Amino acid sequence: MSVVPFVNALLQVRDLSVAIEDGPEIVGEVSFSVLPGEIVGVVGESGCGKTSIATALLGDSRAGAVISGGSVFLDGRDILALTEAERQNMRGAVISHVAQDPALALNPMRRIGSLLDEVLRVHLPDLGKPAREARIAEAAADVGLPATREFLRRFPHQLSGGQQQRVLLALAVLLRPRLIVLDEPTTALDVTTQARVLATLRDLCRTRGIGAVYVSHDLAVVRELVDRVVVLYAGHIVESGGRDQIFESPAHPYTRGLLDAVPDIAGRHAVRPIRGHAPALQDRPDGCRFAPRCALASASCAQRPGLRETGRDFGDRRLVACHHPIRDRRDDTPIASRLISAAAVQPLAVLEGVSASYGDSQVLFDVGLELPKGYCTALVGESGSGKTTFSRALVGSVEDVEGTFDYDGRRVRLSGERDIDLRRRIQYIFQNPFRALNPRQTVGQILRTAALHFFPIRSADADREVAAVLERVALAPELARRYPRDLSGGERQRVAIARALICKPELLICDEITSALDVSVQAAIIDLLRQLQRESDLTILFVTHDLGVVRAVSDFVAVLQHGRIVEHGPADRLLDRPEHPYTRALIADSPRLRETAG
Amino acid sequence: MTSKLSALRRDPQARLGLVFAGSVLAMALLGPAIAPQSPLALVGPTYGLPGDPGALLGYDYLGRDVLSRLLAGGRSVLWMSFAASAIALALGAVIGIAAGLSKRWIDHAVVWGTDVLLAFPDLILVLLVVSMLGREPWLIVLTVAVSFVPGVIRLARGVTLGVVSQEYVEAARLMGYPWWRVVLLEILPNIATPLLVHLGIMLTWAVGVLSGLSFLGYGVAPPAADWGLMINENRAGLMIQPWAVLAPVAMIGLFALGTNLLAESISRAGSRIGVRRGVKSRARTQMRGKKRRQREKQA
Repeated sequence: MSVVPFVNALLQVRDLSVAIEDGPEIVGEVSFSVLPGEIVGVVGESGCGKTSIATALLGDSRAGAVISGGSVFLDGRDILALTEAERQNMRGAVISHVAQDPALALNPMRRIGSLLDEVLRVHLPDLGKPAREARIAEAAADVGLPATREFLRRFPHQLSGGQQQRVLLALAVLLRPRLIVLDEPTTALDVTTQARVLATLRDLCRTRGIGAVYVSHDLAVVRELVDRVVVLYAGHIVESGGRDQIFESPAHPYTRGLLDAVPDIAGRHAVRPIRGHAPALQDRPDGCRFAPRCALASASCAQRPGLRETGRDFGDRRLVACHHPIRDRRDDTPIASRLISAAAVQPLAVLEGVSASYGDSQVLFDVGLELPKGYCTALVGESGSGKTTFSRALVGSVEDVEGTFDYDGRRVRLSGERDIDLRRRIQYIFQNPFRALNPRQTVGQILRTAALHFFPIRSADADREVAAVLERVALAPELARRYPRDLSGGERQRVAIARALICKPELLICDEITSALDVSVQAAIIDLLRQLQRESDLTILFVTHDLGVVRAVSDFVAVLQHGRIVEHGPADRLLDRPEHPYTRALIADSPRLRETAG
Repeated sequence: MTSKLSALRRDPQARLGLVFAGSVLAMALLGPAIAPQSPLALVGPTYGLPGDPGALLGYDYLGRDVLSRLLAGGRSVLWMSFAASAIALALGAVIGIAAGLSKRWIDHAVVWGTDVLLAFPDLILVLLVVSMLGREPWLIVLTVAVSFVPGVIRLARGVTLGVVSQEYVEAARLMGYPWWRVVLLEILPNIATPLLVHLGIMLTWAVGVLSGLSFLGYGVAPPAADWGLMINENRAGLMIQPWAVLAPVAMIGLFALGTNLLAESISRAGSRIGVRRGVKSRARTQMRGKKRRQREKQA
């Protein structure tokens, strides 16, 4: 497959492939280009090879992986063919990299000023001190940081997450590179901070003509930011094209599935998971890699489809690797949200005047919340707003807490010991499925222990319960004999949900349970929760920072800011007509997939 | 767990360690039965060199058969080091886990206590106790165990703190499982690997301390056969009959090396760290770049 070279392309990647040393290919035949001032989004789920591509653009590969073929032309020079010394000269000066987690990427023992100064001293040793200071001031102004002496003397831990990410950006633009590679730079940030960092980045690229490759799993962010999109699946490009084309009429079934799986704050749409899960590196099929999960798969899909042009408009080349590309626009009909009749709403749990603190710092201030029976209430807030503390207080694991808690008509103490019946009725599901399951117990053991603990049943009955609950969370019964390490993230979270369900709870507290998962997996978990709620009339407290997810799962929303509830109401009313200025800001800053409110 | 064991079986380093430690162990256990002479009988010339068909390693300072004494002299040092390490592991693990789980001030008190004990040199402590209270084997075992306990406590407490912060432990607590179940099912299996590794290292130390003790004359009483004691007895004749000293030294060295290799491979299998490949792969990427440049030059 030949790629017509862009005469003025800044970056041109041709048939790039990265492989495990002496092993399978991680990414293969990746070709794309970036023009000056253009932002190209590289989108895909975890394990699709995004980060391998991002590091390969700088001529590097992770330990154990090698760049096994292809070329990366940067400004007309192939970075892969250079010597290590030449490559180091290009890094920073021509191409630079912004890492995912600013807290890990900055040396905690160095002051901001010395970090910035070092880059200049290494790459431009002829520059005098006043000239270096001028360059630092310029870069700081570019990314919206104050270049005062006091600020430059700070250590990374004295900055907020957004400021740290700006420092990384400043480090990246300090040498005035032609291209920046950004590897999920805003994943660790709150929406408000994220919106500001993205705006800075966009301005920077427009005004300075810097090209950017933005690697991300977050489709909404990509839509707000980029000009063109490259969609990856299992190491191959499945589709690339202009932003509007990709988001309005995606041609590849995977792209379409991915977009259907994203919950969007702009309107309530059916969230549809993609069936099956992405293949592991060694199990990737020979033909079309998406075929096993594709509804349109046919016999011809055993042959691997090449990346073909399907048409162009406004000069944007549109490439799709599929035997059955979809031509029509994406249908986008909103679904009706559940009707809430005032008479039917009865509170299962009522909390009043809840205040909690860790040591000297108070986290919650006089919080009051009602959880209506049989409905899902979302608790929304940025990190540090106290939402996790509040949800933990409900299960009695916060020590220093005051307030009243009425559960199902009886008064319960917020701190201290609880009786076994109450522990059974309120179940908690943790954020990170990789840490929530004991690695030394099989799935069956984990579930059996819970069942035998709460119910006076025999061992054989417990096994039957385990099989039944695995079926309810749509897992195969054989999984009971596996250890958590054999499961994917989505499967682990299902096991965690099954552990809660086997206790036959009334109130389920879900603490950011989808934030560690991929979009298509998240959609499946959301689907499962809604279905469980319909079946068994569960009351759910869903803690999250993602307003799109709120729109998809919840009936009521409470917004938490600095430990106080600032707004509370039915989900649609609150998201469409927010009243409190903080809620308004949150909603305005959330990236959205659709232009108009549904 | 099974995959870990099979990985361990395939690891060449683990095999080597197993062969070393296993052969020394087998020799110490079976040795007295196959020894050609009594370890105490005076059968040859003083410092007699090897050469006789009956004495492969020659004779020691009193004219006893070195091979027979070597075969008989391993049992005491090996069982004592095993016992001391096992006792230290059990005691230290219990205290360490308890400290990791308990309230802050109890935890601090335990840590301070171990700091004080760690500041006291092992061998001096053992020598002090042995010279004051006598040289019964059980007393030596106990003292060596006590001198090892602080290290185990620090280790067990550290890994326990890491595991307790994991959400599956909190999930078990929220479920209201009894504390012993949390310790036995949630915590212990997850800290077993580092503790096992530490057991291997302690075995090595214990063999060293016990041999040293015998060498200094505070361990096993003569005329009984013991590797450490043999080194001490025959060092005066090192230039005349080196085998009487080198043979026990080799046994102690081999056992220490074997247990150490084994412990290291267990820890590697536990943390799933492969052989470091990063440097190599980067070098290979560079190589490919160079090859490409050459190709382009030729073209």
